[in-house]
Parts: sequence; C-alpha cells; structure tokens
Amino acid sequence: MNKTILDLWVGLFVITGIAALLFLALKVGSMSAVNTSNSYEVVARFDNIGGLKPRAPVKSAGVVVGRVADISFDNESFEAAVTLRLDKRYAFPKDTSAAIMTSGLLGEQYIGLEAGGDSQVLKDQDRITLTQSAVVLENLIGQFIYGKAQEGAPQ
Amino acid sequence: MLRQSIENLGNRTIQVVWRIGFATRFFLATLLHSGTAFRRFGLTIREMYFSGVLSLIIILVSGLFVGMVLALQGYETLQTYGSEEALGILVALSLVRELGPVVAALLFASRAGSAITAEIGLMKATEQLSAMEMMAVDPIARVVAPRFWAGVISMPLLAALFSAMGIFGGYLVGVQLIGVDEGAFWSQMQSAVDFEQDILNGVIKSVVFGVAITAIALFEGYDAPPTAEGVSGATTRTVVTSSLAVLALDFVLTAFMFRGIS
Repeated sequence: MNKTILDLWVGLFVITGIAALLFLALKVGSMSAVNTSNSYEVVARFDNIGGLKPRAPVKSAGVVVGRVADISFDNESFEAAVTLRLDKRYAFPKDTSAAIMTSGLLGEQYIGLEAGGDSQVLKDQDRITLTQSAVVLENLIGQFIYGKAQEGAPQ
Repeated sequence: MLRQSIENLGNRTIQVVWRIGFATRFFLATLLHSGTAFRRFGLTIREMYFSGVLSLIIILVSGLFVGMVLALQGYETLQTYGSEEALGILVALSLVRELGPVVAALLFASRAGSAITAEIGLMKATEQLSAMEMMAVDPIARVVAPRFWAGVISMPLLAALFSAMGIFGGYLVGVQLIGVDEGAFWSQMQSAVDFEQDILNGVIKSVVFGVAITAIALFEGYDAPPTAEGVSGATTRTVVTSSLAVLALDFVLTAFMFRGIS
C-alpha cells in the first residue's frame, strides 16, 4: 500500500475535524467543572428551594466551588434534600451555612456557601445544618402587604 | 375495479415489507463484512476523500453563514431585553446542540449521499457488482462497507467543523460587526455550554445521522433498478428519505438527551 496524495487530504480533513472538536470543547464549552473522582458530596436540607435545578452552581465568595448533584424530596421531614458535589480542593468548616440565591433579578438560582468558624471540616456525606431557603416572590409580597396592614391598623 | 385496487394495495404493502426486510439484511451484512474496510483501510480513506474532504467547502461556507445569520437574528431579539451579551450562548448552544449536526447532516445527505447512491446504482447497472462476484470478490465487503465506514467517520468531523465555523461566524458578526463585548461573548458562552451535555451529545447525534444517511444511500444504490430511470429515482429517494430520517431521528434523540435539563 503506497502513500498517496489522497491520504494527505484525508489526514488534513481528520486533523481539522479534531481541531474543531477541541475548539468546541475548550473554547466554547467548559468541561464539567467538577468531576466525580476528586469531589465530595454534602447534603443540605431546605424548606423551599424555589427554582433550583440540578447542575446549578455552588458558589462561595462568588467562586464556583461545585455543582448541585441531586435534588430530592424527603417525605419524613417534608423538606428538600439537595446533594452538593464540591471540589476536593476546597474544604469548608462544619458550621458552613448554605443559602439559595439568585444571580441578577431574573437570573438562574445558585447555592451560596458562607464559611463558618469551626475547626473541623465537612467530609463526604456530611450535612449542612444551617440553611436559608429561596426567596419566593409571593411570600415576600405577602409579608409586605401584611406589614403595611399592621402599620395602618388603629392602635 | 374494487378487487383490482385492493389487490394493488396488498401488493404494494407486501413490496414495502419485503424492501424493509431486505434493507435490514443488507445493513447487517454490511456490518458483518466490515473487516475488509478496516484491514484495507486505504479503501476507506479513498471514500473519506470523496464523501468527507469534498464536502468540506459546502459545510464550511454554510456553517459560516448560518452562524452569521444566527448572530444577526439573535441580536435583534436579545436587544429588546437588553441582554445582548447572551448572544454567545444563543449562537453556541443552537449550533452545538441542533443546527450543527442537523444542517451538516442534511448537506451531507444531498452532497455525499446522492453521490454514493448514483455511484453504486451505476456500478450495478453496468454489472460491475456482478463481475466482482464472478471473481469471488464480495461487493459488500469491497464496495459497500468502506463507503459506510467512511460516512460514519466523516459525519461527526463535518458536524464539528460546521459548529466551529458557525461560532466563528457568530463571533464575526456579533463582536466585530455589531460590537457585543468580546469578553462577555466568550465567557457567557463557556459558562453555559457543557462538554458532556451539549458538545458530546451533538457528536453522538452526528454519528447516528452518519449511520442513517450512509446506510440509506448505500441501500438505495444497491437496490436501484439497473436502468437510467431507476438510478435517478434512487438518488432522489436517497435525499428525501435520509433528510426525513435525519429530522425524525433528531427529534427522538433530542427528546432522550435533553429531557432533564432546563
């Protein structure tokens, strides 16, 4: 079998095709920021998760430190159990608190971690006990109207 | 009269079932006789030149223009919400998830699929396939399988090139022409496009499309009546059937892949 000019063209084609794939992978997309091998999972329970979705970012001080792995409903406590997959490079104290926040006015929801002061750190399958639920607009408006009504009521 | 039409209907149904059965057997035979396509990889490379390299121009140019149009149209709509920076997300996601694999597959079907059908149909009409059989050369192994694998290998590469070119076109129009902020364009795109969920699924789609298009094109060519009319009819059928198959498969694959997200 001899090398032909055809091989050259096909080789070029394959190389540019793979280069395009690499371009898509590196420049256009981001590899899933946290892969399973060097991460650990912690569970946080919320009364209300609002519009949080799996794969939403977990941020601490604005930096993405992990992603939401799974969301399920606990039928015993009637709470939402959110599994967070955090990067092994980042260790958080045991009394870290988690809150569901919204980026921008209509943006996606993410989980914000606020580090505590404990000397022990969170390990795999630990639970974050201090949580703050998502702000639900209807509740907010309800509270506001209730507050207004209280103000106006004759003493 | 009535009896005649019922007989015709029954006859046609039997013909369709027959054809489907033959197509399945043909496809399995192609897979079984793929050994030659890999042992004598030169054969496959030759076909990759014809169906892949020669499709490059149309794929690259179409990709560029599709990306440019997406950026223009997307900008018009996003502008009304004051979120021009999301242009990168719009262009990249629509190309990587849908337009890249689908439009590249449609172009591939009309550019390479029709050529494959015409070539094999003519080979059959001029009795080259029978001549091969006489010389104890299996035409499926020697002619069909290399073309099949060449198409399956070429299709994802072409789709990736289409998407990359489209994103470049979107960048040209969005950033260079309209003046969307370059940093926001790329960083928002990177935060929204996931490697596994979006890019890998796009590649899987294009592989499936490659299998469907080349299998249909090869079968139509192999099954074509050995006349000028027969070959031209088979070529038309290839383009129509494989385009429809691509769109239908795209719906099924999308329903499977993106059910959980957003």
